[in-house]
Amino acid sequence: MNAAELIKKRKSRDLRSSLITYGIVVVFYIVVQTMVNTGHISSLMKGLLVPICVYVIAAVSLNLVVGISGELSLGHAGFMCLGAYASTFFTNVVGDGLPELPRFILAILIGACVAGFFGILIGIPVLRLKGDYLAIVTLAFGEIIKNLMNVIYAGVDDGGLHFATTDSGLKLGEGGKKIIKGALGISGTPKNSTFTIGIVLILITLFIVLNLINSRSGRAIMSTRDNRIAAESIGIPVTRFKLMAFSISAALAGVAGVLYAHNLATLTVKKFDYNTSILILVFVVLGGIGNIRGSMIAAVILTALPEMLRGLSNYRMLIYAIVLIVLMLFNWAPAARAFRSRILEKLPFGRRNAEKEES
Amino acid sequence: MSNWKKVVGLTMAAAVMASMIAPVSVFADEAFKIGGIGPLTGGAAAYGIAVQNGAQIAVDEINANGGINGYQIEFQMEDDEHDAEKSVNAYNTLKDWGMQILDGTVTSAPCIAVKAETMNDNMFYITPSGSAVDCIDGADNGFRLCFSDPAQGAKSAEYIGENGLATKIAIIYDSSDPYSSGIKDSFVSVAGDYSLEVVSEEAFTADSKTDFSVQLQKAKDAEAELVFLPIYYTEASLILQQASDMDFAPTFFGCDGLDGILGVENFDTSLAEGVMLLTPFAADADDDLTKSFVAAYQDAYGEIPIQFAADSYDVIYAMKAAIEQANVTPDMDPSDICEALKGAMTEITVEGLTGTITWDENGEPDKEPKAVVIEGGAYKAM
Repeated sequence: MNAAELIKKRKSRDLRSSLITYGIVVVFYIVVQTMVNTGHISSLMKGLLVPICVYVIAAVSLNLVVGISGELSLGHAGFMCLGAYASTFFTNVVGDGLPELPRFILAILIGACVAGFFGILIGIPVLRLKGDYLAIVTLAFGEIIKNLMNVIYAGVDDGGLHFATTDSGLKLGEGGKKIIKGALGISGTPKNSTFTIGIVLILITLFIVLNLINSRSGRAIMSTRDNRIAAESIGIPVTRFKLMAFSISAALAGVAGVLYAHNLATLTVKKFDYNTSILILVFVVLGGIGNIRGSMIAAVILTALPEMLRGLSNYRMLIYAIVLIVLMLFNWAPAARAFRSRILEKLPFGRRNAEKEES
Repeated sequence: MSNWKKVVGLTMAAAVMASMIAPVSVFADEAFKIGGIGPLTGGAAAYGIAVQNGAQIAVDEINANGGINGYQIEFQMEDDEHDAEKSVNAYNTLKDWGMQILDGTVTSAPCIAVKAETMNDNMFYITPSGSAVDCIDGADNGFRLCFSDPAQGAKSAEYIGENGLATKIAIIYDSSDPYSSGIKDSFVSVAGDYSLEVVSEEAFTADSKTDFSVQLQKAKDAEAELVFLPIYYTEASLILQQASDMDFAPTFFGCDGLDGILGVENFDTSLAEGVMLLTPFAADADDDLTKSFVAAYQDAYGEIPIQFAADSYDVIYAMKAAIEQANVTPDMDPSDICEALKGAMTEITVEGLTGTITWDENGEPDKEPKAVVIEGGAYKAM
């Protein structure tokens, strides 16, 4: 087989794999939407649909940095926070000045742009660092954003927008409206996020991420992950490609933040601490680093699981932790993997795959 | 490699789907279903658990005495981990259970998120302790049992000013906490009306709440006579300790967040001598209602109840009074119950643990602020 055929074969494989991923999302949407329309869904589950979309988008976007670009980022919640604040600020300033849907679409774009811009800003100095150092700096970035948002007061009156760092410093004219109230955050955001919009955003996210991975740039990004020195030696500008992955990922995290913030009437920074960053990282690690489909499934399961376990009341978090450990071991421990392939060999339909796995 | 994952994935997906099927909601004709939402795990768990216990005691008492108009009450509490998103999940879980009236939400930010959901469903709620203005603002189906943050700040300034406790005031507050900054803002804005001079206004955040020497030094340098602490008792105990280490002995004045300071482990309670706080509830008050509540609470849970438990106890009795006033029955749907109750709320008067309470149509309670001073290691009414 010559090189051209190999490339062609790989391309068709990539395409098929992408289509399966989109297909899973669409089927999930159709099934759930049918259940909603026929009333066969609990209020709890209905309420969980938008958060599931939020975490799927966040997990897919973080996978771009962690899995494809090979950098450990612990500040993803910071980008979500930026997207959430920028977009809800916009929504509340505009108010009823625009119809709901165009306003929400603009809010999504604004959230993505602000988060993406900060992604570039942070990325330029930070992506010269590697490994642990990068992890620490991104962690610090998330905390800085959190503390910054905690002291911002912003409002709008006839004279335009006003910003201050203390409540008394914010001087608004007659009829002025306070929007960001320091630690109180933003409240009264209209509930614009819907499951349908969430699914559309997931598909857009997947489209961007999967196409990037399968493109020339994507291969360049992966080459910097696999061997930085070799990549540099053939003339690939490492920082530029890492920055590309990082800022796209930040913008998509911003979108997740927008969806999150327009689903709840209240927005405070407390949500966007490092626990949320770690939670998203857990989705990525559990689903498989670099495995987009896996991180989607992990995000869905781990978002729904603690709610499913409500019946166990106080033991809920304990059981959740145990399930997490068991899943992690089952997925990644060498002994568990060996056990899995042994079982596979005994099953007639699994043999082919087991051989593939060994090779 | 992926076949097993597919199998696992499909099984998981099937499991998730199976659990999504709606439970057939059964409206029991026999009992009122009251739901509660609050943090039962995590950093704010003490408040949620107190609310759960306080409500449970009230529910058990009412049920033992024949219920409300002959109907029993069922009470179920769901955990929200002090997180707005989880709080909405908890609310939806309670709806699946068949909740008709809500006792919640305990903490402010989650309460604001749940408020939006209750307005959609027209679900009646009374928050025992959600003190941010937005917790009930704009929702005619929502009522509050505690004072709002601005009310606490204003009442504190009023109390300090009218009793001539001090004129030079220093404030130490938690800028990352809505409760604390809310009280601080309203205190500062009305301080001038009572000729109080705020000489220093120093913040800390949840991430740096162990060393207060800088804030205390500034208060000392500004010659403050009174330090106002609109914060929770854990940090306040450290502030008292550190102030004593630097020989700084002004009057300390706090709000209901300081309730519980005498229970802090390894805290030398003599340091809290003379500390004043506005609180709606003192566990050692000698009226019969408080005594029997504290005794029942200690029997059941082995500890002294904090004000959140008292707030929640009063919430259940307020609901009882409103239900009796409006004559609603458990077979009505939640929206009809809400319509009936919100009218009744403004007509009732509840003699509760936290005072004699009436409500205005905005849902705000009207009751006397109580101040206590710590003397001889115990709270003493002033």
